[in-house]
Amino acid sequence: MALRNCRNVKVLDITPVGETQRPGEFFELRLERPDWDAWKPGQFVMIRPVDWPMDILWGRPFSICSGDSRSVTLFVQKVGRGTARLAELKKGDTVALWGPLGNSFAVEPDTPTLMLAGGIGIAPFRGYVEQHSHPENLKLFFAHRMPLGCYPHEGIAAVADVECMAEEKPEDLQAIIARMGELVNEYRDGLILCCGPTPFMKTAQRFALEAGARLYVSLENRMACGVGACLGCVCKDGEGHHVQVCTKGPIFRADNVEL
Amino acid sequence: MEVSDLKVSFGGLSMSNPVMTASGTFGFGLEFAPYGDLSRLGGIVAKGISMKPREGNPMPRIAETPCGMLNAIGIQNPGVEAFVKQALPALKRQDVAVVANLYACDAEEFGELAGILSTEDGVAALEVNVSCPNVKEGGAAFGQDPAQIAKVTEAVKKRAGGKPVMLKLSPNVADIATCARAAVEGGADILSLINTLIGMGVDIRNRRPRLANVVGGLSGPAIKPVALRCVHQVCQAVDVPVIGIGGIASAEDALEFIMVGAHAVQVGTANFLRPDFAFTLAEDMAQLLTELCVERLEDFRGSLQLPL
Repeated sequence: MALRNCRNVKVLDITPVGETQRPGEFFELRLERPDWDAWKPGQFVMIRPVDWPMDILWGRPFSICSGDSRSVTLFVQKVGRGTARLAELKKGDTVALWGPLGNSFAVEPDTPTLMLAGGIGIAPFRGYVEQHSHPENLKLFFAHRMPLGCYPHEGIAAVADVECMAEEKPEDLQAIIARMGELVNEYRDGLILCCGPTPFMKTAQRFALEAGARLYVSLENRMACGVGACLGCVCKDGEGHHVQVCTKGPIFRADNVEL
Repeated sequence: MEVSDLKVSFGGLSMSNPVMTASGTFGFGLEFAPYGDLSRLGGIVAKGISMKPREGNPMPRIAETPCGMLNAIGIQNPGVEAFVKQALPALKRQDVAVVANLYACDAEEFGELAGILSTEDGVAALEVNVSCPNVKEGGAAFGQDPAQIAKVTEAVKKRAGGKPVMLKLSPNVADIATCARAAVEGGADILSLINTLIGMGVDIRNRRPRLANVVGGLSGPAIKPVALRCVHQVCQAVDVPVIGIGGIASAEDALEFIMVGAHAVQVGTANFLRPDFAFTLAEDMAQLLTELCVERLEDFRGSLQLPL
């Protein structure tokens, strides 16, 4: 067993989730689990189907959404040409998978913990909730644009407190921001974790800094290698130094990162 | 043919096989240790180092392009002192040739860097980066001027303490053979080529360049034909050994460079396709040579048959 490695694994299944105007926009990709020791919620993997021609060069990073002894589940939204081609995968196809990569979310079973998820940023929180020993201490605040059925939120709602807000019309955004501010204040002495679009995380960061709350954000910068070599995914840490999101992150303390 | 038959020795550099990893695509090597045995590589060219630490360019720094990628990292690195104190001791324990890649703003500083590394027994050779397109000072400016290439090579060679000096040439020049001759006149033991081609990407939706640096270096399979042409021209022009670099993503690609005359190859962007890519390349080359009924790598090198 290895801490991390690169293996060819088979697609166990690929399942569309929910319905939007773009067919197959969201899907769950279940892959064979390589011979790893363990993975921690917040970590990610890189995948690249072995049959991909060179026109799409890089693998693509995805946080681990869920997993068991035999499988790893990723949650994917089609946004660009890479994810669009991943959507064409079939059961039995072979994918190069390297991971588990990066650091992981802080887990403090007895601390009241708020998870702030924006859209597809909900993915790592399913794994977080599954591995948490006291999910009654967890609350998820989930802001989304697509119908709820598009996201892996049901598994979370079954064991933790979940509050969802949809952004359907322009004024919804202000309501989401206001609610996020209230919740960050409420959890100022607890633990707050955030994953979502950059403006969403920036807002959380602003509230957390104002309230003196302990917030961790999970970044998802574009990356080529996932192993710390290409230096394409860097962000600036609290001292203004460039650090790799893939190896120093993807999770950073909100008071130690420039978003 | 077995991998053990692929041993190469040229220009003062000896390696267990002709597969090296290119600077800037393999970190300091140890990043890839979880994905394979580093001793299966012939050599590792460490990412470019400068006298002082450099933060590199602003983001975004990379963009995917058809069969390739653009980068404008700007030689982000922790400086030579950190390389010597932190990376080298761990690298030394690996059974693989480690080549340091030097970046500086003038000939004098290049010489100074060479001087520091010349006494490090974990460094098998020095590769001089006179061709980085992503930094405003130095870099490509040297690489485009044959007189400067000769001057920098001489400065490094003088301080290299007997370590082999390889010059990494830029393809962004009118005549690469002239640059190659200048490097040889300056005392280069080996030439490595090519560095990236200067390219650009734009986004018509937000009307911005895809790289904060506006222009960057194009690499990957898209540049292989340019690289092959350059290696061919340089092998025809000079007698020093050449290392072929540019878009190598298979054993066949690697053997194409050997066939036009290269002694070894460096794998760059393909390391991003999957982190274990380079580890199996030498074995694949040995197998392919067997299929081609080639008994010795030397017999294959430079065996390209040109039309009369």
